[in-house]
Parts: sequence; C-alpha cells; structure tokens
Amino acid sequence: MDKSGKKIRVLVAKPGLDGHDRGARVVARALRDAGFEVIYTGLHQTPEQVAETALQEDVDVVGLSILSGAHMTLVPRIKKLLQDNGMNEVMMIVGGIIPEDDAEKLVSEGYAEQIFTPGDPLDKITGYISNNFK
Amino acid sequence: MQQLVAELLKGNRRAAARMISHVENDDPLKRMLLTELYPHTGKAYVIGVTGAPGSGKSSLVDCLLQQMRRDGLKIGVIAVDPTSPFSGGAILGDRIRMQDHALDHDIFIRSMGTRGSLGGLSRSTREAIQVLDAFGKDIILIETVGVGQSEVDIVKAADTTVVVLTPAGGDSVQTIKAGIMEIADLFVVNKADLPGAERTTTEINIMLDMKKGDHWRPPVVQTVSVQNKGLDQLWELLQEHRNYMNESGKLETVRLERVKRELTDQVEYLLKNSVWEQVKEEVKLEKLVEEIANRKNDPYSAASELLEKISFFDQKTGKDD
Repeated sequence: MDKSGKKIRVLVAKPGLDGHDRGARVVARALRDAGFEVIYTGLHQTPEQVAETALQEDVDVVGLSILSGAHMTLVPRIKKLLQDNGMNEVMMIVGGIIPEDDAEKLVSEGYAEQIFTPGDPLDKITGYISNNFK
Repeated sequence: MQQLVAELLKGNRRAAARMISHVENDDPLKRMLLTELYPHTGKAYVIGVTGAPGSGKSSLVDCLLQQMRRDGLKIGVIAVDPTSPFSGGAILGDRIRMQDHALDHDIFIRSMGTRGSLGGLSRSTREAIQVLDAFGKDIILIETVGVGQSEVDIVKAADTTVVVLTPAGGDSVQTIKAGIMEIADLFVVNKADLPGAERTTTEINIMLDMKKGDHWRPPVVQTVSVQNKGLDQLWELLQEHRNYMNESGKLETVRLERVKRELTDQVEYLLKNSVWEQVKEEVKLEKLVEEIANRKNDPYSAASELLEKISFFDQKTGKDD
C-alpha cells in the first residue's frame, strides 16, 4: 500500500512471442504475498493489448516479462503507447534475459525504471516497488 | 473532478478507469463523484455470472462478449477475484481469458479484488457498476469470485443471475441445498463434454420441477466454452429472461428494492460515521474498553450511555466527505 493507504496495482504482462511464463507467475505470486493487487494478462500479448489493459485496470506499475530477446523493440513500444494513453506516471519495470548493455540503455533512455535479471531475489523486486510508493 | 465526470460521460476510457479507482479506494471525492454520476445511471442491464472456482466463468464471459458484440452491444465487465486475508494482495487473473477483446473499445474490462468482502463480490462492485453504467455500457457483466454454497451477494446487484456448474459436482442432494442453487435465473452446465453432464443436467431439472408457482422456470443450458458450444442458446435465453423481467414488471420491482437498499446503506453509513466521529471526540474509548474488560462496566450499558451523549446526525459529515 502507498502512503495514503491505497492498494498498489501491478500489471504483470508477457508481451511478444515468448511462451514461458513460469517466471512471471513466480513474480506475480511474490507480489501478491507482498500485498499488491496483481493483474496478470497471460501469454502472447501485443504491445497494444498491454497498454490498453494497463489503462482499463488503472495500474500503478507495469511489469514486463520478456525472455525472447525482443526487449529493445517491445519495451520502448509499450512505453510509447502508455504515454499516448496519458499514463506517463506509470512505473515500468522489466524482467527477463536482458544483457547488461541493453538494460543500461533501457533505463538511461527512460523506457524503464529498473531491470531485473535471473538471480535477482524476489524481495528485490517487491522491495523496489514498495520503496517507490512510500 | 467535474472534468473527470465530463470526460467519462464523453466516453473517455481513462476517465472511467480512474473513476473506478477512486470509488474502490474510498477516495474523499467518492461520494461527490457518485452523486454527479447518478442521474446518468439506470440504463444498463446487469448480468451476474457465478459458480465454483474453475467452473469456467471467465471463459463463458469471454464467449458471451463475442455473442453480444455481434449484436452491436457495448459491454462493461467487472471480474472479481479474492484478496488474500493474510497479505492483502491478490492475483486478478480472470481477464487472461478475455484478452482477445482487449483492443475492442466498446468493451471495458476491470478486475477487482474482494478487499475483505465475503459475499462473492468486491466491496465496491456496486459503485463500479454505476460508473460503467454512466459510461454508457448497454450490458454490464459481473463475474463473481469462485464461490462455494452461500456467497450470493450477486443477486443484489444483478438483473439476471447465471449459475455455472460442471458435471460430477456431487449427488442430487446438492441440488436441493439452500444458497447458490436458489439464486439462478439460468443454469449453465459448462464443460458438458465431460462424463456426467447429462446426469447433472437432469438433477438440476428435477430440482427445478419440484418447485411450483414461479412464473419464470430457470432453464438449464449445456455449454462447452472451449468449443464455443451452446453459447447461441445461452445468449438467447439470457435475452428471453431479460424480456420476461421487463414484461412481467419484475425488473422494476427488483430495481426499486435495490434503490431502497442503497438508500438504507447510505443512511447507515453516514449515521455510523457521524456517530463514531463524535464518540471519539467525547470519550476515551480505550479507557472504557478497559473498564469493560475488567468487568467494572458492561458493553450493553456502556453503549447506551455513549449514545446518550451525542446528537445523531451532523449535517456537516454528510456534505464534507
């Protein structure tokens, strides 16, 4: 919950052609246990579907799980669609197999706030979100 | 705030989404927003879909959306999933089945956590219905949490209630138990390709035929949502029930009852708030609690004494919050 006692809503989305959602589900479960309301989209979402879902669900955070290697295309695209929808303030975090160079670029160019990669403990993710809404 | 209402009435989807968040979070603006919206509500027809966890409610809603869109209707969906009583968190996963409709701008889907409510709906479902109603949706589909036998709040919110069952859900005694089996305007036996579908259907039918005198005898439909089977029939019967509700005048009765309940709820809410605010100002509650715990006082006389000290309604409370 944030400081006003409002529940934080997190969209966990799997954009693109990537059929593995074990990781996304583990993260979704951890977020649930940390007290967040998690909306999960399921597999194979287009960037448009992700952005529209974020809008209808009025989420505070969008978490993308991408294991396909298409992150440099998908993340900027979704960020742009969110902005087009007037959702500039939404926190964007990304998890997946993302090389360090790409991760730095996504953050420095403002497409994502934080990138999580294999080996990052779950409470690093939940803690990152909670700290940002304090 | 005025702008948010105006944007919503113009059909701005973001405004609708924000508005639902405001009501769900008990925002200080909530009462004012709902007051503004109220004149624009009362047009949508509300259909509730309820049933056990995993019985196929979300998939059925997905199929129904397809049917309704074919008729050009605009639809709002409220899909409720349970909030954890331990962490307060929730996994809202109903819309996974409905994502094919995510880009259809005439469909608006919102997931809600129960947030402590126990009757199968979320705490703010009724208010969210009003938002989507004012937003201009023709039909509002409510999907309850996966229910057991007695979570029947949906009847208070829906004009038509659909109960979804699956084959092999117990013997025929289950069909005559009170609770969920009594609230259906329409029964769906989903996953009807599984063994036992005929038997389940027959048992429900027998139960229904034992009861006489009602003008509407709930039909029982078999569906297989993954094969899109039985959905035409389900949609036809839903429309038939709606016609029945209209023509028999029952819709009006049901809606009057609903408004009456809303009014009583609001009175109770305001009264409760106003009373507690004053009580907190007047007395040290902890001290009183201690006295009662030590048996120097008792909860019954303490409550009466408390209420004697205060005036019952403070105009201010009603307007300011």
